Amino acid sequence: MYSRTYKTAVTIPPLFWVTIFLLIPYAILFCYSFWSVSSMQVIVHTWTVQNYVQLVRSPIYLQVLFRSMRIAASVTLCALLLGYPLAYYLSFHAAKRKDLLYQLVIIPLWASYLVRGYAWKTILGSDGVLNGLLQYLHITNRPMEFLLYSPFAVIITLTHIYTPFTLLPIYASLEHIPRNLVEASHDLGASPWSTFRRVILPLSLPGLLAGATFAFVLTLGDFLAPLLVGGPSGIMISNIVVSLFGAAYNWPLGAAISFCMMLLVITLLFATERLEKRLTIS
Amino acid sequence: MIAARDPLAASSAESESLLSIRQVIKRYGKRPVLRGISLEVASGEFLTILGESGSGKTTLLRLIAGFEELDSGEIWMGGERIDRIPAHRREVNTVFQSYAIFPHLSVFENVAYGLRAKNTAKGEIPERVTQALAMVKMGEFAQAAPSRLSGGQQQRVALARALVNRPRVLLLDEPLSALDANLRRQMQVELKSLQREVGITFIFVTHDQEEAMALSDRVALLRAGVLEQVAPPREIYGEPATAYAAQFIGQTNLLRAQVRDGVATAGTIAWRASGGSGEATYSLRPECIRLAHGSVTPASPDASVARFRGSVRNQSFGGATDLVEVDCDNSLVIRVRIPNPGVLSGEHEFEFNAGDATLVREGEDA
Repeated sequence: MYSRTYKTAVTIPPLFWVTIFLLIPYAILFCYSFWSVSSMQVIVHTWTVQNYVQLVRSPIYLQVLFRSMRIAASVTLCALLLGYPLAYYLSFHAAKRKDLLYQLVIIPLWASYLVRGYAWKTILGSDGVLNGLLQYLHITNRPMEFLLYSPFAVIITLTHIYTPFTLLPIYASLEHIPRNLVEASHDLGASPWSTFRRVILPLSLPGLLAGATFAFVLTLGDFLAPLLVGGPSGIMISNIVVSLFGAAYNWPLGAAISFCMMLLVITLLFATERLEKRLTIS
Repeated sequence: MIAARDPLAASSAESESLLSIRQVIKRYGKRPVLRGISLEVASGEFLTILGESGSGKTTLLRLIAGFEELDSGEIWMGGERIDRIPAHRREVNTVFQSYAIFPHLSVFENVAYGLRAKNTAKGEIPERVTQALAMVKMGEFAQAAPSRLSGGQQQRVALARALVNRPRVLLLDEPLSALDANLRRQMQVELKSLQREVGITFIFVTHDQEEAMALSDRVALLRAGVLEQVAPPREIYGEPATAYAAQFIGQTNLLRAQVRDGVATAGTIAWRASGGSGEATYSLRPECIRLAHGSVTPASPDASVARFRGSVRNQSFGGATDLVEVDCDNSLVIRVRIPNPGVLSGEHEFEFNAGDATLVREGEDA
């Protein structure tokens, strides 16, 4: 048994941290979302639901929100398609190369996000590496403009950035599968494919779900990639929030969007956590 | 029919051998695990592979199941070479040491797994699964989640899951080692009667010599990757081929004797022995030795009954019989098993029939 003093000592710091850096800011944000901006560019501290009404009424916000969700879904799908096979290979077949490959997956996480974003800019641009190569090989004779400054560029960039986040929980769940279950499946006459479908995939679903949640939620909140490579058609919801808190100077509306996004993400996290618990077999 | 295709099938048909392991060698890296194993297993036989941990017994089982590839040698089953066939196409099933029950499937689905994998007719599955579960007395648990089952129950499910496929050979990898002693004895009895009932060849791996003796038609004693002796339990016990076999199966006294003119001498003990002169090792089971009554007969090495004197050093009570350690001269300690001797002390005279001292080979040291 731990003493009362000890318990208090370990509880206070995180409680303090959560209160100061999460609860209070959120409460302030919540208040802001019910205020408004006067024509004199002054924040008016009177309660109104006008910001939320505007969100639903004007199509632009919902449009961008849906685009953001589409991009997030695409990134999630791409990250899963890249991450799962790699995680599977790492866990089941990499043998001696396992450690090296694992490090190679981790290392990009050490590079700055900005560097990776700019890297894609130089790859996808009209004078970029990709266009240069395509023209050099005479596959195209003009630079392809749609590569950069498009949702496509955002998806590629974010897939690159978030695939490791997707891979790691999948890898962890695959590593947790007792190998004798795989042997038992083979032993009972199931082919490797059938074993994957009926044993490995079901048992790795919690990890797959966790990885998918990472990719989706992180993408949904991203604003740097659209800023760097997205162009006007690649604008995402967070870019709108950034501009509302910045140049547009409409903190209340920005707060209202932020708050809606937060609710959306919390609902999503809650739902996937419930699902994960149901899929995890003790 | 098969014989026409395969010249070796004729000979294996004569001996009714179902599984034929031929000169199998397996290394892990540079370390040899199996060093030339040859073994014939008859159809319907209960064969136990007995050995200490590290003897290679599980590796041998995994080679038969197809989880490992052998480095050289061949494995044949019913006239077909199987060592290159992937595990999922071999007509063998395994009961794993840790059961390996699929945690995401119900008991029913666990047992149905093999049938579904082999595309058994849908209508046939429920009946066969129910039958298999009834056979291991787990019928009422069909819809249970495996996590709710005890070790013994999981064991039964694992058994049903393997048997439902009607394999030609069932491999059991120390399936009882995780159970407590009482359950273990009960499962031994059930396993044996189950094997008689289904008539499937069982290859059973264990490190427990009592279990091996109680269950098996034959025991294959494995030591450091080499088969020491393959014989029915009674034969191994009565006529152990090697000193190792004698010691590993049951208790024994190993007597390192000098043989000259048909008389073997080990310390102060001498008995009539056949065979050539020189050094030899004999195994003498403790229960073959008894207290000698009547002090008249002088110990004569020519007699069929050998006698020796010794002082009781230790006596441990064992219910029906006591195990007595007798100190002879030359620091020779002989263990004697005597039915209800009462408390013994001091010097006593013991005797045994010379024929009970069995000549054994001194195996090479592993």
